[in-house]
Amino acid sequence: MKGTPPRKIGVFVCHCGKNIAGVVDVNRVVEDISRLESVAFAMDYKYMCSQPGQAMIQEKIREKGLEGVIVAACTPNLHEATFRKAASKAGLNPYCVEMANIREQCAWAHQNDPEKATRKAVEIIRTMIQKTAEDKPLYEGSIPVLKRAMVIGGGVAGIQASLDIADAGYEVILVEREPSIGGHMAQLSETFPTLDCAQCVLTPKMVAAGTHPNIKILAWSEAREVSGYVGNFTVTIERKASGVDWTKCTGCGMCMEKCPIKIPAEFDRGLGVRKAIYSPFPQAVPNKPVIDREHCLHYAKGKCGICQKVCEVGAIDFDQAPEIIKEEVGAIIVATGFDIYPKENIGEYGAGKIPDVIDSLAFERLLSASGPTSGEIRRPSDGKIPETIVFVQCSGSRDPEKHKPYCSRICCMYTAKQALLYKHAVHKGRPYIFYIDIRSGGKNYEEFVARAQEEGVIYIRGKVSRIYQSGDKVTVVGVDTLLAKPAQIDADMVVLAMAMVPKEGSDDLRKVLKITADKNGFWTEAHPKMDPVGTTTRGIYLAGCGQAPRDVPDTVAQASGAAGKVISLFSRETLSLDPMIVSVDEELCAGCGLCVSVCPYEARILDEKKKVAIVNEALCKGCGACMAACPNSACIHKNFSKKQVLKMVDALS
Amino acid sequence: MIYFIALIQVICMQIKTEEVLSDLIHKIIDISGTNIWKCYQCGKCSAGCPMVDFMELLPHQVIRLAQIGKWKEICEANTAWICAACLTCSVRCPRGIKIAEVMEALRQVVLRNRLSNKRLNISEERIRRLPPIALISAYRKILE
Repeated sequence: MKGTPPRKIGVFVCHCGKNIAGVVDVNRVVEDISRLESVAFAMDYKYMCSQPGQAMIQEKIREKGLEGVIVAACTPNLHEATFRKAASKAGLNPYCVEMANIREQCAWAHQNDPEKATRKAVEIIRTMIQKTAEDKPLYEGSIPVLKRAMVIGGGVAGIQASLDIADAGYEVILVEREPSIGGHMAQLSETFPTLDCAQCVLTPKMVAAGTHPNIKILAWSEAREVSGYVGNFTVTIERKASGVDWTKCTGCGMCMEKCPIKIPAEFDRGLGVRKAIYSPFPQAVPNKPVIDREHCLHYAKGKCGICQKVCEVGAIDFDQAPEIIKEEVGAIIVATGFDIYPKENIGEYGAGKIPDVIDSLAFERLLSASGPTSGEIRRPSDGKIPETIVFVQCSGSRDPEKHKPYCSRICCMYTAKQALLYKHAVHKGRPYIFYIDIRSGGKNYEEFVARAQEEGVIYIRGKVSRIYQSGDKVTVVGVDTLLAKPAQIDADMVVLAMAMVPKEGSDDLRKVLKITADKNGFWTEAHPKMDPVGTTTRGIYLAGCGQAPRDVPDTVAQASGAAGKVISLFSRETLSLDPMIVSVDEELCAGCGLCVSVCPYEARILDEKKKVAIVNEALCKGCGACMAACPNSACIHKNFSKKQVLKMVDALS
Repeated sequence: MIYFIALIQVICMQIKTEEVLSDLIHKIIDISGTNIWKCYQCGKCSAGCPMVDFMELLPHQVIRLAQIGKWKEICEANTAWICAACLTCSVRCPRGIKIAEVMEALRQVVLRNRLSNKRLNISEERIRRLPPIALISAYRKILE
């Protein structure tokens, strides 16, 4: 055999119970491999990953003085880390340990042909011998950690994450786009399944965040640029011009009272009014107003200025300009939250043109004691108390053809809650719910839906096909699939349980943070099961509905999980860096910049002076995209060099 | 649009709040001592009913129609009269609805209100003349 590796390599063949040994003749594999010159030692064992199996590898490394180890077993995703750790304890550099995958790529794939599978296993191990022979000992680098976190989004997820990190003793910067933290939860009336008031449980947390010595709230601000890497991010934040000097403002509210301009309030989903100078709700944190420049008379016509006249502390500053600030942080939590899919997008449900067809969030405002009707349920068109309300679940959800393919997960529960609260508020009223399935998975959730049914909420299984105005009423046409009959209800009001979509502007933030989102725009987690709060970028974590639709308890739990990740990151003085990265041979590099543009992690920049690509070792993940793109072979993957790959191919031929 | 609405009115079953809240439904609830709105339409009652082959509406359909106040359909169907009161449905119902008791209540309400006689072998004239209580006891005797 040409190019005999000079190294002492040990091969350890795993039976994996019957997973491998049931197909591959492991004894023959060991026999064949032992004959190879480069192999100093070969053996098989029932479970290599077991404690005795690992001990055997360690013993042989010491005994035979092995310089490279190959474990012929499962995929490296499963146990590479296990064996590398074991080998390093025996004094071998962990990066000289390789896995030969003879389970997923051999035994499982060729269960009906043991003879060929055995030959293939030998081939796989032979190629790995070529690679291992060229493996260099690598050493992990280390980077310092700045123990300061940033949380983007001040909804219940962002608040909880900030509080947890701040309570652990680290500084937190909470960036919120709106004038106040609180998010959508502040808009809700009562929460399922316990029916406790959302404001009552949320505002104490808002106040705690607002007064915490470790939390700095940057409301009315947006993250514009993020650079750096785990432990060392620099975030550029735009503090939008509020028109009010918040350092002077006492939050007395006189300006808001005297302002003559009234516009539909976003916080009330357009059912209430706010002024041109406003703060979204009375319990706002920080409790400081902002001026809506689009509607303010001063900006439109240069007149008015009443707010300036009534402000006793002279806080109104019409000429205030946006301010750009930079913050250095070690970790970022993205808690951007959700929006409601616009009802205008569903033509058959009135396309938003029927006044008494409202979305579920607007109905929350009608139910809320602090809402535009002070908690009295009155329909928007004429203020009449509705005697029949039809709720339409899955409005936009579970509709891959026209709208959103996913289940928005909370609509079943909040619709049951809204119907129940309506029944409590209007005793004569009758709520009907059109549904396709009732999804009430959660602690005490099914019991809650049963309670709604018992109290006379009528569930009709079927999707609504049309909603139209007929005189004073809104007619809902659907079907009762359980009776197999088309059904029609003349309602006073219709509430659409609209799908949840990622917060508007998430896509811009995605580019800023360089993290990924799925086809629906929700943030992609590092692993759907094993790392649901991480992202593919180390040091950036996820919390809340920006990742996927979820209810309040799950959001709070995930926020605490993300905070836990940040705290564990901050518990170390330095972070180790994976040395499996791609370096640049400066003599070969022509400075074409192809690698810079293909790098998905923005780990490369072009040194204009030297005309070579420079690698940021903290950002490089060793994916090898640059290696494939480089026309000069100047990109060299440590322990995955072109030489190694070619030798592996040679071994097969 | 006008034609569309007219068509919808003809083909669709109208679900009306006044029907749902009708006196008859309260009577059924009173007599049977069960909350029919608890039913989530799993169909276990119909699945276990020994008489289901002879019924025009299955037991769960009767409950469903009762939930939305469709009395005419229920009264016209033979279901309540076919029901053998074996109580299998009541025993098995996961939501604790006493279906057999609902059927009995239905029979009583129909007879007491002289709602429908086409399922009974009694002439209309007699139904008009006899007091309801006599009808019920007579019917019971026929059944026994």
